[in-house]
Amino acid sequence: MAQITLNALAHTYSANPQGPEDYAIRQMQHVWEQGGAYALLGPSGCGKSTLLNIISGLLEPSDGEILFNDVRVNEMKPEQRNIAQVFQFPVVYDTMTVFDNLAFPLRNIGTAEHKIKSKVFEVAEILELTNQLGRKAKNLSADQKQKVSMGRGLVRDDVSAILFDEPLTVIDPQLKWKLRRKLKQIHEQFNITMVYVTHDQLEASTFADKIALMYEGQIVQFGSPRDLFERPAHTFVGYFIGSPGMNFIEPELTERGLEFEGRLLPVNEDLVAEIRKRNTTNIKLGIRPEFVHVWDEKNDEAFEVTIKDIEDLGTYRIMSFLFGSVSMKARLHEDQKVPDLHARVSFPEQWLKVYLDEFLLELNDEQD
Amino acid sequence: MNKIESNKGWFFVLPVFIVVAFSAVIPLMTVVNYSVQDVFDANTRFFTGTEWYREMLNNPQLQSALVRQFAFSFTILLIEVPLGIAVALMMPKKGWQASLALVLVSLPLLIPLNVVGTIWQLFTRGDIGLMGWGLRELGYAYNISRNSGDAWATIILMDVWHWTPLIALLCYSGLRAIPEAYYQAARIDQASRWAVFRHIQLPKLTNVLVIGVLIRFMDSFMIYAEPFVLTGGGPGSSTTFLSQALTAMAIGQFDLGPAAAFSIIYFLIILLVSWIFYTTIMHMQKDKTINK
Repeated sequence: MAQITLNALAHTYSANPQGPEDYAIRQMQHVWEQGGAYALLGPSGCGKSTLLNIISGLLEPSDGEILFNDVRVNEMKPEQRNIAQVFQFPVVYDTMTVFDNLAFPLRNIGTAEHKIKSKVFEVAEILELTNQLGRKAKNLSADQKQKVSMGRGLVRDDVSAILFDEPLTVIDPQLKWKLRRKLKQIHEQFNITMVYVTHDQLEASTFADKIALMYEGQIVQFGSPRDLFERPAHTFVGYFIGSPGMNFIEPELTERGLEFEGRLLPVNEDLVAEIRKRNTTNIKLGIRPEFVHVWDEKNDEAFEVTIKDIEDLGTYRIMSFLFGSVSMKARLHEDQKVPDLHARVSFPEQWLKVYLDEFLLELNDEQD
Repeated sequence: MNKIESNKGWFFVLPVFIVVAFSAVIPLMTVVNYSVQDVFDANTRFFTGTEWYREMLNNPQLQSALVRQFAFSFTILLIEVPLGIAVALMMPKKGWQASLALVLVSLPLLIPLNVVGTIWQLFTRGDIGLMGWGLRELGYAYNISRNSGDAWATIILMDVWHWTPLIALLCYSGLRAIPEAYYQAARIDQASRWAVFRHIQLPKLTNVLVIGVLIRFMDSFMIYAEPFVLTGGGPGSSTTFLSQALTAMAIGQFDLGPAAAFSIIYFLIILLVSWIFYTTIMHMQKDKTINK
């Protein structure tokens, strides 16, 4: 049981790093609270596995501190940190039975055999492995093996946290949701901090209460799945979360406000004033396809756009259109009428997000 | 489905059949042919049936050579397998040190068999050989041509030096194939160094060890050139192993019939022991609990 704090943590694999781009993990400040279910989401190579290995102690960070309940554990080996980690490919001890596999961590710390027995049976019961206890672990299916490797983490009473490194990669799709539900159930039952690394946004949002989205070695946003969807803090979050991702346009700052190829975009005046103050040329506007409003009738607010393509995805459709010279997407309901060639769309002010230098610009009083 | 019996497809198997015939069946059958006849010259021969076989199995010289042969093969297996594993575990895992270690370890494997014998013959000489001279200087009356214990120890040492690298290389490749996650999981499970070896490394080495043990058994059971050059089978016949006894009979005395019969017996022994090794190790790996 532990709260895990990353204090000015950074990590580089190079001996003499020149700049931030040499860092696999760029300096970050972060707290994983005790008992939380977290997902660490990001594309391949963003540093999420590195971060996980730093937490478990397989890797020692080059800079900064990692604290378990305010105790510095930088120099502690994984065996001293008392954490559990489930790897991408199931790790079981082939020659041992399932029972011996689950008993292994307890035997290593010299637990009495009768205690081992009751603990193993208890964990096997939860994981639905009771019938398999006598079998050799190498003959199990991939999902059962993954349960065994998770079970080895659960048998220890006082485990600080369980870390998952893309644990469902090799599991059959129909078993994935089952195992994921098991994880949730275990989380509720044991009240253990869980950190779950994945590159799958669906997996992350079904498992976790809070998602940390990583990009180029930094956590660009930490929030609920809904936050990540509705208020992406970084253009990458907008692009990465959602399917399809956020639409972006690069407007010009003029006397009238934010304009794109002669069209004035509905952006709050205070925000525009703020942009003028910042004095940057990297301005982007983002809106999710779900929030693009497609009108049936002519409307004063709406822009006329050219439809490129309509993709039918069963329960909804994706309309691609040209807004000026830029291609954008909008999500249509199943029974929404679709015009043939031209459509009228508008971008509601509350969903049109402003990004300066790739980060979200918000007015403080607007935040709740 | 109607199966066509006179299928022309069988002709596709013909090339393989011919190759196997020339490489294995025909030479072997020639030996079988000799082993059941007494051949005097091209025109004079008598059928002898199993007589040569019976004679060979009762030959005390060959019996003792066979016992010596088993003693030798099992001794070197008992030394080379654990030693090879130990060497593989100690070899560096990456960088130039790994390449250097690989080259150094595999050097003995590159030396031809009779050269190995010659090297050791020189090495163990009392006057100019480093080992022979050194042992004498230390006060031990080392002499491989008089003391059969010395001769045995030297041949075993020579074989261990020559062939442990093979086991080590096989194990090294086996160890490299273990994914890093296993070691990481073991650390997280707080496993001791011994537990890591016992439950991760050794099980993952089983397959390469099966190959290593089989190759080393077969090779050592057929050992010829090295002891022949080093000790010539002596002193007396204390280091005369099976193949040397057989060669002496076939070439030296020109007893082709008995030699052929003995070759067949020799072959069957190797086949039988290899099969026993293989099935035993494979059986050990099976899931016994399911049968309960």
